[in-house]
Amino acid sequence: MSKQHVSTTINGDEVEFLCEPHQSLLDVLRDELGLTGTKEGCATGDCGACSVMIDGRLVCSCLMLGVEAQGVEVTTIEGIAGADGLHVIQEKYLEHAALQCGICTPGFLVASKALLDHNPNPSEHEVRHWLAGNLCRCTGYDKIVRAVLDAAEEVHQSA
Amino acid sequence: MGAYAYRAPSSVEEALSTLAAEAAAGNRAQMLAGGTDVMVQMRSIDKGPRTFVDVKHVAEANALHIGDDEVFIGAGIASAVLNENDELKSILPGLIEAADLIGSTQIQGRATIGGNLCNSSPAGDTIPALIACGAVCEIASPGGNREVPTEDFVTGVGTNVLEPTEFLIGLKIPRPKGRSSDAYLRFIPRTEMDIAVCGAGVALTLDDSGVCTAAKVSIGAVAITALVVPDAAAALVGTTVDDDALAAAADASSALAKPITDKRGTVEYRRKVVGVLTKRAGAIARDRALAL
Repeated sequence: MSKQHVSTTINGDEVEFLCEPHQSLLDVLRDELGLTGTKEGCATGDCGACSVMIDGRLVCSCLMLGVEAQGVEVTTIEGIAGADGLHVIQEKYLEHAALQCGICTPGFLVASKALLDHNPNPSEHEVRHWLAGNLCRCTGYDKIVRAVLDAAEEVHQSA
Repeated sequence: MGAYAYRAPSSVEEALSTLAAEAAAGNRAQMLAGGTDVMVQMRSIDKGPRTFVDVKHVAEANALHIGDDEVFIGAGIASAVLNENDELKSILPGLIEAADLIGSTQIQGRATIGGNLCNSSPAGDTIPALIACGAVCEIASPGGNREVPTEDFVTGVGTNVLEPTEFLIGLKIPRPKGRSSDAYLRFIPRTEMDIAVCGAGVALTLDDSGVCTAAKVSIGAVAITALVVPDAAAALVGTTVDDDALAAAADASSALAKPITDKRGTVEYRRKVVGVLTKRAGAIARDRALAL
């Protein structure tokens, strides 16, 4: 079985890797590249713990082959914070205690970032609908929704 | 013993020669669009080596055209791209709402209508919607492209007319003219992200006085493939799509349905509900057409 060579961009950095043709992007990120912030929950696209952005679009990295990353821009949880500290979404998750065990949190943060990139001023309904593909068994979601709405408001005011 | 491999051809010709070469070598080839079914199946019910042939880099399959007479949706176009296209949503609202029903934001970012059709599940939500709006499959074949109406594409549970050396390039849909619209409804026990208990797609055209001049009705998840319901369409044509006509269309759908009993619903329940969905989808399509 021969590994395939892939050139891609991850969090702004040009990256090259070798992977098996049937290896998921999730496994490549975690096992080949050491980017273990992206989590595996279900590996069937149901839980959203493995959420990443591909060319700005939110996807499950468990449902994508590593080889499909050729030539695209991948954004993982490791790319959300800026050089000068946490992203406002991350700060609001902390402020609102929008996490408990934390396994779902990277996926929620990436999904929340994708939402605000796509729709900077979402309604509560839009937040809940957008995040419906991310499962959390601890928080009951309410704190997460409040954190995202608060982050949106802050982004909106500073814009 | 084959191995896993991945190819990303950039043209129909290159994709066809890749499929032919894999077939000649005795390897299994599988087209890959969004991967949201393929990846799950590869880890569960359909393990084993194969060559993935990625349709997303085939230029013709990566196209979305909204022409005066025809809409073309390439097999590699993600559902989210369709949902974000306001023109498409206004001319084919039923088809786009069927696509939008499938999965979460993450799934929408990868999943395709072409993949939903090729997965050929009896419960695929876009299939009745495609059939209702008269979509035709454009299939790349070693002898040249061939066209197959969507109602003839799926042949059984998970099976379709594609040969191992063929693939779906995309879907050609006649652009609705005048007061024409469509609607798709499905029933699930939750509000989002579930597999249809049953579904119904209705496309219709009204004349200036609101009388239906053409209609097509298709129902899903009530037989091994989505069904066309000619009697339901006939019940609507020549009427103003009033309550009596919709009730007759509902009865026609219920009568044609051949559902099974499983954990999602019983035969009796599905037969009843598919009629209700036909009636409601017909009313939505009518109201949309009247608003044009």
